[in-house]
Amino acid sequence: MPELFHRKLERSTIGFVLAIIVVASIGGIVEIAPLFTIDETVEEAPDMRLYTPLELAGRNIYIREGCYACHSQMIRTLRDEVERYGPYSLAVESRYDHPMLWGSKRTGPDLARIGDKYSDIWHVAHLTNPRDVVPESNMPAYRWLARNDLKIEDLALHLATQRAVGVPYTEDMIENAAEDAYGQATPDSDAASGVAERYGEETQIRAFDGVATRLTEMDALVAYLQVLGRLTDAAYEDTAAPQKPPEPVE
Amino acid sequence: MVSTLTRSERQAAIGVSVLVAICGLAFAALGRHDVLEIHGFLILAFGLLCAFAVINGYYEPEPTDERLASYYDAPIKAGIALSMAWAVFALFIGVWVASLLAWPNLTFDQAWASFGRLRPVHTTGIIFGFGGNALIATSFHVMQRTSRARMPDQFSAWFVLIGFNLFCLLSVTGYLVGVTQSKEYAEAEWYADIWLVIVWVTYFILYVRTIARRKEPHIYVANWYFLAFILVVAILHIVNNIAVPVSLGHAKSYPVWSGVQDAMVQWWYGHNAVAFFLTAGFLGMLYYYLPVRAQRPIFSYRLSILSFWGITFFYMWAGSHHLHYTALPHWVQTLGMTFSVMLLVPSWASAGNALLTLNGAWHRVRDDATLRFMMVAAVFYGLSTFEGSFMAIRPVNSLSHYTDWTVGHVHAGALGWVALITFGSFYTLVPSLWKRERMYSPALVEVHFWLALAGTLVYIFAMWNSGVIQGLMWRTYTEEGTLAYSFIDSLVAMYPYYIARTLGGLLFFVGAIIGSYNIWMTVRAVPLAADRGSDIPDSSAVAVAGE
Repeated sequence: MPELFHRKLERSTIGFVLAIIVVASIGGIVEIAPLFTIDETVEEAPDMRLYTPLELAGRNIYIREGCYACHSQMIRTLRDEVERYGPYSLAVESRYDHPMLWGSKRTGPDLARIGDKYSDIWHVAHLTNPRDVVPESNMPAYRWLARNDLKIEDLALHLATQRAVGVPYTEDMIENAAEDAYGQATPDSDAASGVAERYGEETQIRAFDGVATRLTEMDALVAYLQVLGRLTDAAYEDTAAPQKPPEPVE
Repeated sequence: MVSTLTRSERQAAIGVSVLVAICGLAFAALGRHDVLEIHGFLILAFGLLCAFAVINGYYEPEPTDERLASYYDAPIKAGIALSMAWAVFALFIGVWVASLLAWPNLTFDQAWASFGRLRPVHTTGIIFGFGGNALIATSFHVMQRTSRARMPDQFSAWFVLIGFNLFCLLSVTGYLVGVTQSKEYAEAEWYADIWLVIVWVTYFILYVRTIARRKEPHIYVANWYFLAFILVVAILHIVNNIAVPVSLGHAKSYPVWSGVQDAMVQWWYGHNAVAFFLTAGFLGMLYYYLPVRAQRPIFSYRLSILSFWGITFFYMWAGSHHLHYTALPHWVQTLGMTFSVMLLVPSWASAGNALLTLNGAWHRVRDDATLRFMMVAAVFYGLSTFEGSFMAIRPVNSLSHYTDWTVGHVHAGALGWVALITFGSFYTLVPSLWKRERMYSPALVEVHFWLALAGTLVYIFAMWNSGVIQGLMWRTYTEEGTLAYSFIDSLVAMYPYYIARTLGGLLFFVGAIIGSYNIWMTVRAVPLAADRGSDIPDSSAVAVAGE
């Protein structure tokens, strides 16, 4: 009987096409649609901050260079991962990540909580040539980051687009995006004061690449790395993990 | 090529090419402060090149109605050539990125040569360049033969093939200059994605139109798989790539999905790109070329039905097994794991169906390297689907995830299954398509077979070892209850395997070069076969009577 039915179905092109669409759609609908409607999917985190324009620019460099191919940003709920990297990642921590950068492969270590673990100088040295600080490393050297000036003129457009896809940037933030990017990496300038005002007192304002007179891609990437895992403290609140990030490992 | 198009098709081709060129010019102008400018000029040059090629042959005599008495094979030939060219290119990049992991200074201080930028060049070049062109070429062949009908026009097929290669070109060149969405296997940016939708819709319409002209009452099983491949890839591609560009002058866009929802959409896409691009499409190939080469009918029609609908239904649930123990809700992980395990049934039904078809033809498998390519492909299909179901089980995944084991698994599928079935199909198809007596050198087919098999085995054994060692080192504790190894310890342990996998990849790469040479020489140097009178569409369908 089913075989007879199928013999009929395979005589009709349109019937077959429709059958494929229906059968193939069910799985995705059942698994994806509820993720937008079930409230527990993403936790509450009232203290959640947004990426500053400089950090967002750094994130775009991280994407551009394909860092996600070797580094995850997703600590799983496993004892050894929590002890190695810190509290397991919560959904809310990547709530404003368009796209998410959870990754799928660790040729290098997880970076979900890399922020504040190492100094800026270490990051700059490491990105310039990883083997200068970690002799066994197989990470590429990213020397050009310190050579390239950061493009900031169109950051306002980037923030506006982020708002269009759901990140709550304010009009004030969008208008001052370029100036804030400059200010965050130039602590002595007039532009620096507005950054903390708009993005919170915890925002790190300093010359990330060690050179205050120039805004480079290195500034942006290090600023981004230093904020990873630091946008909210939600993950430290309900786990058995150590309450503070571990000290740097030599 | 142009001589096989009618006058009105030549006009349409020029029109479309000019339209593409104008779009390119617009992007170049709007994106003059962005990397989009590079792609603008690339699209402009591509459009102009196509337009000139058609204009150059515009006044050649039109094809007569006699063409309707034969199948339209010209785009299939071009597709095979493009597929092999992409294979050689992308395998070369693969060997290079593998070397980078062992010798990281091979970037020569060039941004475009770092691992993060070259890796998507390798994956896109293989999946879309090599695999996609192979699927388009063989699907054009299979849909016409199994329907005993010529495709309805000459232009659509060229639009699909050339348009698809423009997409591949935009993707690959984009990664080199840093244009990427960072979504794995969907890295191409918004304008390339939109272009692919246009190409894909044309592909679907062409396929359905040809099937609708069939002279057989039933749609043959290979076409079910090709149809599922085209349809579902369209759904996946569109949903996963919805994004808002920063402006029309920016290559950069931001996806509408974020965080946990983005992760689920991405792996729903990612896993089903494997399912419907790298499995369904290539099963379509297997269901046609394996029985043809073995000269045996498919073992079981019922098994074909079971495995087809099983794969179409179950696979779409399985993506969440990429997100075990993450911030994805537990119930979705469990569903993904359950369906992944169930997937073994239709997967093994397909593999078993293929192998049982060879019953009575095992002597051919022994003597004929081409058939052996397909037999071993079916074995690897069975092995890697078993491995996949196994790795999707949550506790197994806790060890394997994030390690090289995943990479090894992917390559068991991509090298052992996808590439081997493609080479077997090409070696079957090339002599018949160009109407040659045989391949230029059966001995070189044999050499290619052993190189490909050896390369695959070296690669996956290296990755199994490195992956399991890595996973174990990460979770090993000392007696005092602290972690035994730092991350860098686990990396140091990987180096021998990274060198071994480079060697495995190199063997496979050399095999592909030999295969390309053999195909080239078959077309160039092998004499024409005696008349193949039966390889024509059903004559009742055509205006001029056949023989």
